[in-house]
Amino acid sequence: MYEDVIKRKNEIIQKAVGIDYSKFEIKGIAFDYDRMMKEVSYSLDEIRKIQSETQVGNTPLVELKNLTKLIRKISKPEKGARIFLKDESANPSGSFKDRRASVSIYHAKNHGYKGVIAATSGNYGAAVASQAAKYGLRAIIVQETFDSNHVGQPEILEKGRACEAYGAEVVQLTVGPELFYYTLKLLDETGYFDASLYTPFGIAGIETLGYEIATQVKSRYGRFPDAVIVTHAGGGNVTGTARGLKKAGAKTKVIGSSVDLRGLHMASDHDFNRKSFTTGHTGFGIPFSAYPDRVDVPRNAARSLRYLDRYVLVTQGEVFFTTEALAQVEGMMRGPAGNTSLTAALSIAKEMDEDQIIVVQETEYTGAGKLPSAQLTFAKKMGVIVKNGNSIKEDVPGKVIAIPESIEQIGIIEYPLENIKKSYVKESIKAYGKSEFSDVEKKFMAEDTNSNSQEIDKMLEEVLKDGKA
Amino acid sequence: MAEKGDWVKIHNVVLDPSNRVSSLPADTKKVPLEAWINGFLNEDGEIGEMVEITTLSGRIVSGTLAEVNPRYIHDFGNPVPELLKIGPNLKKQLEEGSV
Repeated sequence: MYEDVIKRKNEIIQKAVGIDYSKFEIKGIAFDYDRMMKEVSYSLDEIRKIQSETQVGNTPLVELKNLTKLIRKISKPEKGARIFLKDESANPSGSFKDRRASVSIYHAKNHGYKGVIAATSGNYGAAVASQAAKYGLRAIIVQETFDSNHVGQPEILEKGRACEAYGAEVVQLTVGPELFYYTLKLLDETGYFDASLYTPFGIAGIETLGYEIATQVKSRYGRFPDAVIVTHAGGGNVTGTARGLKKAGAKTKVIGSSVDLRGLHMASDHDFNRKSFTTGHTGFGIPFSAYPDRVDVPRNAARSLRYLDRYVLVTQGEVFFTTEALAQVEGMMRGPAGNTSLTAALSIAKEMDEDQIIVVQETEYTGAGKLPSAQLTFAKKMGVIVKNGNSIKEDVPGKVIAIPESIEQIGIIEYPLENIKKSYVKESIKAYGKSEFSDVEKKFMAEDTNSNSQEIDKMLEEVLKDGKA
Repeated sequence: MAEKGDWVKIHNVVLDPSNRVSSLPADTKKVPLEAWINGFLNEDGEIGEMVEITTLSGRIVSGTLAEVNPRYIHDFGNPVPELLKIGPNLKKQLEEGSV
């Protein structure tokens, strides 16, 4: 049965998303990304209208004056950029994911689908459920919730509760990538729309976020922000935000940031409940940027390497510190997801000049299951050591969470983009089963990684020499 | 005993260990893929019995009756000593030599 469903994957997906991806194929690895983004989805103006009709977007941009003040106290003279936060928790279901869901659900409704399905353990489920409620569509959310002892990750249990509160059916599964098989089966059974996170709809919906940040900062301060920092999970948030900034004419630096969970296996039953962050971590950030087309749809519209200027990692302990700091000195109880990039912003602001502006581009609603107290109580129960200390030196994913004692201890781990680009080349060789690519393909690979053809040639040569491909 | 119309949780084994994908880590491969779904019970039933439910999306699904009125068990956790001093320390830092 498993094999039968997987064999029909392309047919099921094509019917469920209504996109003929073959139209955009060029040759081998190459496809026309720009044309796909332009033709499949809606224009920025149309999306702004769609979103305003369901109260999505136009969220407040808040200056974090106390955190900026604290950072300046520990920065060199004339350093310490102004830190701003885009309060995306003001969206209907409490996160920026409403932007992604709004376009998909609008499209599904207009194309006669009776319901929508999304495979997600994150806020996206609540967003799909909320938008489906607004449009009168049925919704099913498929989540990876439990380990084999039926112990649920508190954050995912909360997200499941939220989905139900918005009227969606929630399927709670144990750990494993066969969640995709279950989702395909449901799509086939119901004929519902696949509200995949990775279609052009899901990405175009986020462009308004980048666009709003650029225009809000410009109208208030007469200039675009110098840097925008984005929590990097599957790459959609980075891609959509960066595209929106560009559409507003901003030449802002785009920095991605993930929680460092290197060493934990994302499909491991044991590791599943030993991570305190269920998204925005390296388990998504690194593989999805290096090989975007690993997703449920044939061509992923989220291609973060095209847009990233820098990628940094922060530790779990640091994000807990920052979440606490945001509540205690800024009076905003939010997170966890956006606080990953806020953590990195605290460190990066120190490198920047006082008159520069860095924007953290999301927050999310918080509460039971999501709060640091909920996650850390759970981590202790799962045998993870929680202590105070220097997070960057002492944090060991799955084993030790070291929470900084002071803001001076907040730092970042640089993750060179060159490493991800090299992985991209390696994954391409693996996926397409060849070591030689045509000029057309190499041109695409260069665009897809924001490199040039010579760099691609050099990386191909190096990867083949390493013999790991 | 659960009555027709009660809000319940059912359980299913989706894939036995032998049918799981080969690329899984060993710890995941040795356990089944399981699913839990909530819905309204279509006929009276006992815990552990095969029953049929109607879900919030209107689907009719069968499985083993696992729980009646399933409770949301996640909470706010305990006070965490490792976090408690962060706020007071930052406030102190803000007050010291404030500009």
